[in-house]
Amino acid sequence: MEKRESGKTESFYPKIIAFCCYYCAYSAADLAGSLRLQYPPAVRMIEQPCSGKVDIRLLLQAFEDGADGVYVAGCMEGDCHFLKGNIRAKKRVNAAKKILDKVGVGGERLEMFNLSGSMGPRFAEIANEMTERILRLGPNPLNTARAERATKGEEGDPK
Amino acid sequence: MIVAEAKTLEEILESLQGMSKVLVVGCGGCVSVCLAGGEKETGILASTLRMKRELMGDPLETVEETLTRQCDPEYVQQLAKKLEGIDCILSLACGVGVQFLAEQFPQTWVVPALNTLFAGATMEHGLWEERCGLCGECVLARTGGVCPVIRCAKSLLNGPCGGSQNGKCEVKPNECAWQLIYNRMSELGRVELLLEVAGAKDWSKSRDGGPRKMVREDVKIDG
Repeated sequence: MEKRESGKTESFYPKIIAFCCYYCAYSAADLAGSLRLQYPPAVRMIEQPCSGKVDIRLLLQAFEDGADGVYVAGCMEGDCHFLKGNIRAKKRVNAAKKILDKVGVGGERLEMFNLSGSMGPRFAEIANEMTERILRLGPNPLNTARAERATKGEEGDPK
Repeated sequence: MIVAEAKTLEEILESLQGMSKVLVVGCGGCVSVCLAGGEKETGILASTLRMKRELMGDPLETVEETLTRQCDPEYVQQLAKKLEGIDCILSLACGVGVQFLAEQFPQTWVVPALNTLFAGATMEHGLWEERCGLCGECVLARTGGVCPVIRCAKSLLNGPCGGSQNGKCEVKPNECAWQLIYNRMSELGRVELLLEVAGAKDWSKSRDGGPRKMVREDVKIDG
């Protein structure tokens, strides 16, 4: 477990949150499982009734709570079960990316993907792609800052 | 509705310098409708500030609250019990709300998170336009429901200026208000109303007369 603890560069293994639409990505993950496809255990999935359920607050909260990367996986554009949920999710993801850039966490840690329920291999590919990206970017700067502050606190430094 | 937009993160951070615990207060009124200062925007701003300050090495604690309205004493008073240990209030209301909080809590430092823009309407989701200049003497009955005071860049009251070209204003690429007025009057068969010359407008009823106050004795509860 020590290996997976975020915020420690030397043994960094990312925590990635995937907000997955029930009608596509969630089913695709199921299919990936049935096909016995391997994808990194760094990805933690959260089922959503639609990618359009994702709110900017939710995306920011994931990072605040320590996620190193976050992605939203919705249906192919034009194929949303609720017509436009995935288009709205894309806009929100882009808005949240800008906030993360301004804050210094980095918008690159957040991404929107589109796939269908039959794309099990693509689901595994996305999980690999995102894990590689976050491994390259390193831990969430918030985790690093908190860890540094905790270390300083232990040493008796006032800040 | 009062339309407002968020200040830049830099400006808000500057106004929160030296503060370590901030009460972030949203407003459920107009700014909620124009998606600038409602519960959702309050959450986003508070989260953004916490993350930014954490990375600046100066962590910020926030308490979030969204009032039904910030321009009514009965709602504002609900904040009184949340002020303990608070260094400052960051208000996501229009200028009225910010001032009202400052008046109601004289011992607390209050700063705005929004720039208040205008009295307007939602044209479509994500697009708001100015529609009323709050001039204190409505002329819409003479202009077919199109306001020349606020929709004409020069607030002309007796027809367009020479800068009206092909129905467009020379100041901004908007429709010329007087073109809109003429079109509407023509459609309604009331163009002759435009022949009536409007006299000088009494601007003392507008902002030119200083801050305004309205009193209605019939609805006062006490006194």
